[in-house]
Amino acid sequence: MEKTRTRHEALGLDEGDLIRMYRAMLLARRTDERMWILNRQGRAAFVISCQGHEAAQVGAAYNMRPGYDYLYPYYRDFAMTTVLGQSARDHLLSLLGKKEDPNSAGRQMPGHFSSRELRIVTASAPVGVQYPQAVGSALAFKLRGEDGVVLVSGGEGSTSEGDWHEAMNFAGVRRLPVVFLVQNNAYAISVPEELQVAGSIAKRAEGYGFPGVAVDGNDVLAVYEVAKEAFGRARRGEGPTLIEAKTYRLTAHSSDDDDRRYREREEIERWRQKDPILRFERYLFEVGVLDEEKKEEISAQIKAEIDEAVEYAEAAPFAEPEEALERVYAEA
Amino acid sequence: MAVRNLLQAIHDALEEEMRADETVLILGEDVGRAGGVFRVTEGLQEEFGPDRALDTPLAESLIVGSAIGLSVNGMRPVAEIQFADFIPPAFDQIVSEAARFYYRSNGAWNVPITIRAPYGVVPGGALYHSQSVEAYFCNTPGLKVVAPTFPKEAKGLLKSAIRDPNPVLFFEHKRCYRLLKEDVPEEDYTVPIGEAKIHREGEDITVVAYGLVLHTALEVAKKLSEEHGIEAEVVEPLTLYPLDRETILASARKTGKFLAISEANITGSVTAEMAALVAREAFEWLDAPVMRLGAPDIPAAAFARPMMDAFVPDAARIESAMLELARY
Repeated sequence: MEKTRTRHEALGLDEGDLIRMYRAMLLARRTDERMWILNRQGRAAFVISCQGHEAAQVGAAYNMRPGYDYLYPYYRDFAMTTVLGQSARDHLLSLLGKKEDPNSAGRQMPGHFSSRELRIVTASAPVGVQYPQAVGSALAFKLRGEDGVVLVSGGEGSTSEGDWHEAMNFAGVRRLPVVFLVQNNAYAISVPEELQVAGSIAKRAEGYGFPGVAVDGNDVLAVYEVAKEAFGRARRGEGPTLIEAKTYRLTAHSSDDDDRRYREREEIERWRQKDPILRFERYLFEVGVLDEEKKEEISAQIKAEIDEAVEYAEAAPFAEPEEALERVYAEA
Repeated sequence: MAVRNLLQAIHDALEEEMRADETVLILGEDVGRAGGVFRVTEGLQEEFGPDRALDTPLAESLIVGSAIGLSVNGMRPVAEIQFADFIPPAFDQIVSEAARFYYRSNGAWNVPITIRAPYGVVPGGALYHSQSVEAYFCNTPGLKVVAPTFPKEAKGLLKSAIRDPNPVLFFEHKRCYRLLKEDVPEEDYTVPIGEAKIHREGEDITVVAYGLVLHTALEVAKKLSEEHGIEAEVVEPLTLYPLDRETILASARKTGKFLAISEANITGSVTAEMAALVAREAFEWLDAPVMRLGAPDIPAAAFARPMMDAFVPDAARIESAMLELARY
């Protein structure tokens, strides 16, 4: 009797893919956790977190061709940039604002990602501004007849901004190769989804003339599956897709936020039971891609990588004060 | 040479740059099939097709935001804001985004976009088709702001703006579009961003002005020369940010008397920066207090003609100010 195909085989993923996805999720989580420790120790001024979002981010971004497709991330897309190639060292250099920080050389707060090589477009703090920019980059691909795709990401709070609607409309009008990923984590700082979002985010796509799909954002393979379909549509010239990945923010909004003011601990605990990393681990154990020994090995590698990154970043120099005056204008 | 008005010169610059560089495209509301509400982009869609003379949805933040995205993915977009009065919805994309991309990415991502915006008072324009909003952007490092008045400089400056690797705001005074024609070179040429132009040499007073009031100032200068023997030096900044400080200061030091005129609301306008500059850097050469003329601090020109006329400094007010300065 023929063996039943596993979920990942049906999606065209092999064991190497699964381990890379798992590793990116775990590296992002462990690095993120270390950043909070550094913040609470007074060694890092500010942290903004991706904890809980790893499956949504890795599942979507794993469809990208790094250095070719464009990513317009938002400040929680730590795991997404990790899967595209940013290292723990990169993230620690950014956290501490060092000169070697690849995002901004210490000019921006942590979480404002940028890499020309990886085509991660420099991110802002105001919410929603990335969407019109993303559709512009998608338009450029389309005008040149290239099969590049733009992935643009944000939280559910960003769907309240006019920019989101303007971009969705233009993407629909011009059938642009763009994938909108909304990571609905139930809170925009303290404002809960029911006070932020009328109706369904995913269903709004219909009004703009293209497909919208809601997906369990804590299931990396489920997100990968819908994103694969969305990237395929975009590459085939069939236009945009909206993905609403329903997930949960396991930490406070940032290191400066106290979420005890607006949500119950029990609620967080319920979501911890649905932790996307634990869930993926269970799957990997079931299909025999991971066992305790391999898990320990990956965990130890990641810990060593983060230890090294912290040590390196703390020893790394800041930019000279005068460099704050430079690179205001590009030279012809 | 071809005889062209301001509107035609701007059209020619767009057409020539689009022919020379296939990454140049124009986008905005009505720019394609209609050729723009002022007809600046007329004929461009016929020649370059609907993808390079691209009609967008009516959404200013989208127009500028998507121009940013086009530019970081290899294109050279020229975004049109139909009237400068409608630029506030795009303010965030211009000031918080385009202006900061290069700096905040430590030089990795630059934004070579041009944003065209017709500005200034026209009869019937009233509160939302007449504003001079340039000062909002002249406080924003990372932006370049140009406002040419004559066809020849406009053509060369627009070419410079399109070729510039930074975001450039290009302000066009609507009432100057068809006001006069002059010889404009047909061969390719640029006018550098950041350099002022001396339109009229003089020893007695310096007048810096742009837009419609520059034309008025030049007429008044001619009249004062003929009637009073007063020789005004008339300078056009061309670039409002960053200012050509050297040219402005050299003229102020030469004449010792300085007047700056624009039709923007006077408080916090670009002329205030010029006045501060001259007061600080040319103080020892001055023979009179630094003077400014501008619009009163009311929201905008009114619709009814007598109230509209009270808004923009007219020839009588400009003549009076220039005489007062010359006789100080």
